[in-house]
Amino acid sequence: MAASANKLPETDAPIKLSADHVGMVFQRDGKTTQVLRDVNLQVAPGEFVCILGPSGCGKSTLLSTMAGFLSPSSGEVKIDGELVTGPSPRRIFVFQERGVFPWLTVEGNIAFGLFKLSRLERDRRIAYYVKLVGLEGFEKAYPSELSGGMKQRLEVARALAVNPDMLFLDEPFGALDSITRLTMRRELLRIWEAERNTIIFVTHDIDEAVQLADRVAVMSDRPATIQQIVTIDIPHPRDLSSPRYLELRNGIFDQLGLAHKV
Amino acid sequence: MNSLAEPRKWEKYFWPVLASALFLALWHYSVIWSATKVFPSPLAVEKGMAQLAGKGLLWSYIADSLRRVALGFGAAVLVGVPVGLTLGWYPTANQIVNPVLQILRPISPIAWIPVAIILFGIGDTTAVFLIFLAAFFPIVVASVDGVSNVPSMFRRAARNFGLSPLQLLVKVVFPAALPQIIIGLRIALGIAWLVVVAAEMIAVDSGLGYLVIDARNSGKRYDLVVAAMLLIGVIGLVLDLCFRRLRNFKSVRWGFRNES
Repeated sequence: MAASANKLPETDAPIKLSADHVGMVFQRDGKTTQVLRDVNLQVAPGEFVCILGPSGCGKSTLLSTMAGFLSPSSGEVKIDGELVTGPSPRRIFVFQERGVFPWLTVEGNIAFGLFKLSRLERDRRIAYYVKLVGLEGFEKAYPSELSGGMKQRLEVARALAVNPDMLFLDEPFGALDSITRLTMRRELLRIWEAERNTIIFVTHDIDEAVQLADRVAVMSDRPATIQQIVTIDIPHPRDLSSPRYLELRNGIFDQLGLAHKV
Repeated sequence: MNSLAEPRKWEKYFWPVLASALFLALWHYSVIWSATKVFPSPLAVEKGMAQLAGKGLLWSYIADSLRRVALGFGAAVLVGVPVGLTLGWYPTANQIVNPVLQILRPISPIAWIPVAIILFGIGDTTAVFLIFLAAFFPIVVASVDGVSNVPSMFRRAARNFGLSPLQLLVKVVFPAALPQIIIGLRIALGIAWLVVVAAEMIAVDSGLGYLVIDARNSGKRYDLVVAAMLLIGVIGLVLDLCFRRLRNFKSVRWGFRNES
């Protein structure tokens, strides 16, 4: 039913990011914990990949490694064919909404990464991204005056404003209520269709992964590795009650060893 | 009256004014009933204050005290905040300097008076130095804590956007630590105002602290002693209220949400 090869289907397609045999071992109090084991993943430019796994399995560690905040104990991560040695404004990491700077206004937050640009260009980008994420009228508002969903959109806008090729999203909607979460997914897809950045999105929510991703990388328990990659071959907007959606979703449920009934 | 309800406008002023009036009445009648010859009544204090104000001494004393606090506290802010930011930024430096700071910190500025007089002689500089010492340590400690409490997520986001270390300090670490620094400044200003009185009793011949000791020594004018005490209290309150307003700036208000 689903493509299980870790390689991209077309071998001559360009590769944006490739993780090769990535392993991660943490030393703490004299104990060594293996968090990641032989993780292999290739992502095409403009692709939306979800990394799905249970809480604490190491998927955030994998994302931090791909973004250059951690260096792997073994293996390597390459972006555009170059070894990743640190974070870069070309690829922005988005946290849950707690990452916005509370001492800056909406405008100030979006302008945060734009310090190298001319004033004119900066103002143009602020206006554009305020509109793109639907925060018009809140330009002068501080984060404490915004709802959780608005803060999350602000953080996405701040990330997009520097024109990154890649976005790393670490359970970005985890702190939102389930209704806001659904709207935010739709918003994110709309923005992604406009901007076409490569997105790697970490989540523990199976539905979220199947609704958003082109492909879902299912992680195992610790030491985590990618046990299967599922291609979601449903065009957007996705019908959440279509047989194909349910089939893919149930397949991943099975993969994670979960029952279908509560 | 529902305690959860917002107090009405007039209530906000009525009850404190009533309490103050009751306090004055209690004071007044205590003086009458106890038939004390030494302790002045509120009316005597008011007369004494008017007498001083008439001579022009009152305003110059207040101005002198405020000037000393402004100089000493200002110098403590200018030195203490950068020192605190640096120590918070370089944990190794903090580990080295911290024991010395922790030993100096609990020493009351009053204990420094003899040393200060040796260093600066009798005069303004000594008073300003003592106020500086009193304010310096709380400011340093608050700034160190402020920096070390900056969430790692903020630093990480700043690194991601390619900020240089200096930009990181100016654009992220300082604003993130600012609410805590402001709390430290407010505590330091309160202490500075306590210490100016002590310093003026010993080191100089003007100011509200000098007024307290001088009124007692030259003619046991307890009306003036109490007048000076009341002024010290009122001015201290006003300084604190002014400082509390700082937190209303929107760029720091996020850090005070859990405070009254």
